[in-house]
Amino acid sequence: MIKVSHARRRSVTRNSITVGLATGVYGISFGALAVTNGFSFTQTQVLSLGLFSGASQFALVGIVGAGGGAFAAIATSSLLGARNGLYALSLANTLKLKGFKKIIASQLTIDESTAMSIANNDDEYLSKRAFWITGISVFVFWNIATAIGAFGAGLVSDPKVYGIDAAVGAAFLALLWPRLVSKEIRVIGLSAALLAVVLTPIFQPGIPVLASALIAVIAGYKGFVKNA
Amino acid sequence: MLEAKWIAVIVSSVLAFLLKLSGNIIPAKYLERPKIKAITALVPIVMLSALVIVQTFALGQNLVIDARFAGLIFAFILLLIRAPFIVVVIGASLMAALLRYFDLLN
Repeated sequence: MIKVSHARRRSVTRNSITVGLATGVYGISFGALAVTNGFSFTQTQVLSLGLFSGASQFALVGIVGAGGGAFAAIATSSLLGARNGLYALSLANTLKLKGFKKIIASQLTIDESTAMSIANNDDEYLSKRAFWITGISVFVFWNIATAIGAFGAGLVSDPKVYGIDAAVGAAFLALLWPRLVSKEIRVIGLSAALLAVVLTPIFQPGIPVLASALIAVIAGYKGFVKNA
Repeated sequence: MLEAKWIAVIVSSVLAFLLKLSGNIIPAKYLERPKIKAITALVPIVMLSALVIVQTFALGQNLVIDARFAGLIFAFILLLIRAPFIVVVIGASLMAALLRYFDLLN
């Protein structure tokens, strides 16, 4: 194994913590939205500790808050989290974990830790290091920020006055934004949005979003998108 | 009886963990098929797109245009100029709050 320079090691550590902090901070908006959507402080915190995947968490509280059932919320959250399984798979060769560490690493397998690990995959040691430091930083900062947001929102009597309901759609758009990398993907996204609008008056809240997953199945199966 | 919210919180958390763990346990050949990979990569895109629209226009089973829509447009502009996540979210709230404060939109 080639020994990595001290400077490179430090830069990986610094970048990983920066990503952790930047990502973690928006746990404030999650905490606030969960509480204004009727979740208790404890439920909100359990989501950040246990579910620990931004898009899934926002979807779950959004759907329940809009009057959707537990089934639609669970299904949507899980479909959104399915990609983490593929991340774990692609990281398995780098991390080479056993036993308890495998359990902890699984919980920390999210967009950011995976991306930082892959960004440093020219060196196995740094790739591992980036995964762990990013994963742990996001986890710690995300949970602290969740508590702050949940506590703060508890002090607000009417969230509509502060436009907090408008934050949900904005949060999803911001999560979606970096993924809209090609024309095909934007067309697929628009089709899903259109399907959800058409289904909204017909089905219970939560079902239209769930149904949009069908578009991913069809587009993915038919191979509409190269290198999705 | 366990409240629906608690069921959603606990079951989702357990499933999320099992999905992550499955990548570490299931042999690669089952998950690395190109079609499975393509579908898994597209799922967040379609569901987030649907969620943007539903959370902006749906009120129960009705479709409405209110201050949330103005907030979303402002969020879109902020994303175009590469504003960070937290700025986008707070900006959208602020826009909706201002329109309501001046009684321009509900």
